Amino acid sequence: MAPPLFAQFINLLAAILLLLAFAMLAQRRVLSLIDLFAAQGLALACSTAIVAYGTAQPHLYFSAGLTLVLKVFLLPWLLHRLIRRLDVKWDVEGLINVPTTMIIGLVLVVFSFNLAVPISQLASTVTRATLGIAMATVMLSFLMMITRRKAIPQVIGFLSMENGLFFAATSATYGMPMVVELGIALDVLVGMLILGVFFFQIREQFDSLDLKHLEKLKEGE
Amino acid sequence: MIEILFVLGVPLAGAALLAALGHRGIAPAVNVAVSLGTFLAAAALTARVVTEGPLLVLDRQFFVDPFNVFLVALTAFVGFTTAIFSRPYMRIEEEHKRLSAPRLRLYHSMFQLFNFTMLLALLTNNMGILWVAMEAATLTTVLLVSLYRTPASLEAAWKYFILCGVGIAQALFGTILLYFAAEKLLGAGGGALLWTELNAVKAQLEPTVLSLAFVFLLVGYGTKVGLVPLHNWLPDAHAEGPTPVSAVLSGLLLNVALYAVIRSKVLVDGAVQTSFAKELMMGFGLLSVVVAAFLLSRQKDIKRLFAYSSIEHMGIITFAFGMGGPIANFAGLLHMTVHSLTKSAIFFTVGHATQKTGTQAMDDIRGLIKISPLVGWGLAIGSLAILGMPPFGVFASEFLILTTAMKEQPWAAPFLLGALGLAFAAVFSKVQPMVFGETTAKRLPVRPAMVPVFVHLALVLMLGLWIPPFLAAWYREAARLIG
Repeated sequence: MAPPLFAQFINLLAAILLLLAFAMLAQRRVLSLIDLFAAQGLALACSTAIVAYGTAQPHLYFSAGLTLVLKVFLLPWLLHRLIRRLDVKWDVEGLINVPTTMIIGLVLVVFSFNLAVPISQLASTVTRATLGIAMATVMLSFLMMITRRKAIPQVIGFLSMENGLFFAATSATYGMPMVVELGIALDVLVGMLILGVFFFQIREQFDSLDLKHLEKLKEGE
Repeated sequence: MIEILFVLGVPLAGAALLAALGHRGIAPAVNVAVSLGTFLAAAALTARVVTEGPLLVLDRQFFVDPFNVFLVALTAFVGFTTAIFSRPYMRIEEEHKRLSAPRLRLYHSMFQLFNFTMLLALLTNNMGILWVAMEAATLTTVLLVSLYRTPASLEAAWKYFILCGVGIAQALFGTILLYFAAEKLLGAGGGALLWTELNAVKAQLEPTVLSLAFVFLLVGYGTKVGLVPLHNWLPDAHAEGPTPVSAVLSGLLLNVALYAVIRSKVLVDGAVQTSFAKELMMGFGLLSVVVAAFLLSRQKDIKRLFAYSSIEHMGIITFAFGMGGPIANFAGLLHMTVHSLTKSAIFFTVGHATQKTGTQAMDDIRGLIKISPLVGWGLAIGSLAILGMPPFGVFASEFLILTTAMKEQPWAAPFLLGALGLAFAAVFSKVQPMVFGETTAKRLPVRPAMVPVFVHLALVLMLGLWIPPFLAAWYREAARLIG
């Protein structure tokens, strides 16, 4: 029996989410990176709304709305503004070249799917198959944070990791309790604002946002 | 219940008040007063728990049992003494032109907010809120670590933010998995993340999911505990931030993060019938002790030295809880208490010592005892206490942990003993010339606050010789609970 229509939609959106994670890994321009991040947020908000509709969980509409406002409008807008104010439009340079990063990414996806198998079998939700994708998104974002050496791409990697976690929460459990979700959203927002302040401090000190200046402190010295 | 509201409300209101007040002459005194208020509220809460037993209030959202009540009291107490210490310390920093008025405003406000997040993390019954409070604690301290805005402090703060951010994201995934396992038994909604509810049904939770959840929770919160190999942020954050912040990071934050790990461990042990969680914690703990002991001898910066010592002690405590059993758990709880008191006392003296000599490089700090006997003796006695010399409390807890290890995990005992010996040699040989010999220190414009140092050390001495009966009863009760 084919799964219900809404579940197929969610699988489609999950696939888009994974695709976007790979696109972010390959993207070298920081402005496009922000747009990709916004698109990822949109896919997340849509899938949350569809889960809410398909399973009649009204509180998920709320978290879909929260995702939409925070991740599609507010955070990308803040990042764009930050880049304008800092007046840096540099291209992103990775530590490893793109093809190698992609291959490592593929390995990570296979690994995440294997890790998710035992849990997916236990899940009673219709969207359980997406848990592997959620985990893969987290891993790919993690990879992005490791391979990029500029401050803003690292932060986008961090936020995209949070997207993956959020997707895991909706796909495996139909969302966390409301109070927890609000707390998480607040932390992300405050963290973003602090980072904004931080970028200015870093640039004031070093005249650049390249993190290679931030490699002076070494273990054991 | 009213006490819990005060414990949480006072620092929160204090943070708002200090932000609104700005940096006036009165702000440091207000900071001390707010911390005193928090401490009194915590003392009242403690008295209530002593007489009435565990509390579960406000729609089951807050929970106080013997395990967290002493940590609440300890956190409020160290917060209070640190506020006393920071008053002269920050005044001297201001006179040395290292900090301006707006930064001090930020400092005072964030200090209170940090206390609030720590106490919230301890008191909440909700594993999700625990996560939120830990993340909020990271955010408040990031701004404190970068307070001087020097290149090194910015680098330390950035590293701290990214590493702990990634770590805490792992912990969030662990929490999601926990909720995923619990929701089937407890139903969706707020109840399924309440620790007391989870604890009641822990034997029926799905073991595979719980094991996986624990790995993520341990790695996540373990980053904040400073367990090797996730410890990279810790020495930098301690060395580059202002000293009162180093004192609360070592004395409080590490404890609270470890508390989160142990709460998770209790659930996992109930669900998984193997010694999976125990072995994982013992492994991480032992690795931290050994690696930190080796790195201690290579340090040149005094604050980094004691930061590595914190990693070592956190490793010992994690190892103790990993072994489990009534004696090891008792010793672990005692070690948490005495380490927190001793390490913050050491950072207080280190703060004044660096101000007197104008450097954190240990080679340039000489003969403290000549110019100010109190700072010199404080550092000497504090170092001996943290190195586990009898009759201080650290000796008592380390002795218990070692003897239990010899009996139950004989393979680990040589590593522990060797690491402790190495740490002793490394720290003692560095502290001795700083305290005695010819001096490089200058007089300070303001009298340093040495009372907190000696109060802490006296408490540690007392705990080494005699543990008050109610405290011993709590430790035993909590040790039984942790299993």
